[in-house]
Amino acid sequence: MEQKYPVKKVNLICAKGAIEDVYATLIMGNGAVMEGIETNIFFTFFGLDAILKTRMDKLHTAVVGNPALRLPGGLRMPTLLGVIPGMEAFTSWMMKGEMAKLDIPPVSEFLDLIVAGGGRIYACKLATDMFKFKKEDFSEHVSDILTVGQFYELAGGEGSHIIFT
Amino acid sequence: MAQKTYAGITVDVNEEGYFTNPSQWTREIAVEIAKEEGIVLTNQHFAIMEFLRNKHIKGEALSIRSINHSGVIDVKTFYQLFPGAPLKKATKIAGIPKPASCI
Repeated sequence: MEQKYPVKKVNLICAKGAIEDVYATLIMGNGAVMEGIETNIFFTFFGLDAILKTRMDKLHTAVVGNPALRLPGGLRMPTLLGVIPGMEAFTSWMMKGEMAKLDIPPVSEFLDLIVAGGGRIYACKLATDMFKFKKEDFSEHVSDILTVGQFYELAGGEGSHIIFT
Repeated sequence: MAQKTYAGITVDVNEEGYFTNPSQWTREIAVEIAKEEGIVLTNQHFAIMEFLRNKHIKGEALSIRSINHSGVIDVKTFYQLFPGAPLKKATKIAGIPKPASCI
């Protein structure tokens, strides 16, 4: 289909590290790569967990303070239940199981797919300094650690969009 | 329903050019569609298209991830063989419907 103003470049920012935050970014990013759209993904603050070798495949979802969370069957998950030890791990395990059924890959494999298609992954310099991470802590797929200014520079161009997930 | 003629054979397609009847597809037709997309088909192209066609016939969802499990090529090669939007191009040339998958 011919469009008058096609999306030519997508620049995603992921600042949170819960399963659903990271996957929203990765699915949007991989989807853009699949459409042949130039894709940059910038991870910052807690979003850095998604590109840390030791944490990327161990993300959790929040069970406290998450009013949209439902129990199997559709009943709301009472916030008080969220404080039971193991509840967060269990819920996260279930989420990952449901995603696997839809052929949604683990974070590390998702990054493989995005980079294989030409997508680029970046870490935020300020957050990296703040949390005292080093380049070698990150996945090999992280091509650079950027300042905000550098990120905006590479986000430039006609048909380019910046999306804060 | 629209029709198109490839390699002297008239086939049924939808408004985006995807086959609505995959059994009308032949290798000769694939070569012609690929030409429209600016792709010259090799044995590797045909091998991965056969994988996609088999998956479609079995009713399995097509995803970019499944290419890595094809045993034919990896995802990186897939992007090189069908530059731009590989899953969309490959299914179009392979004579099967456009995948409804988001991944």
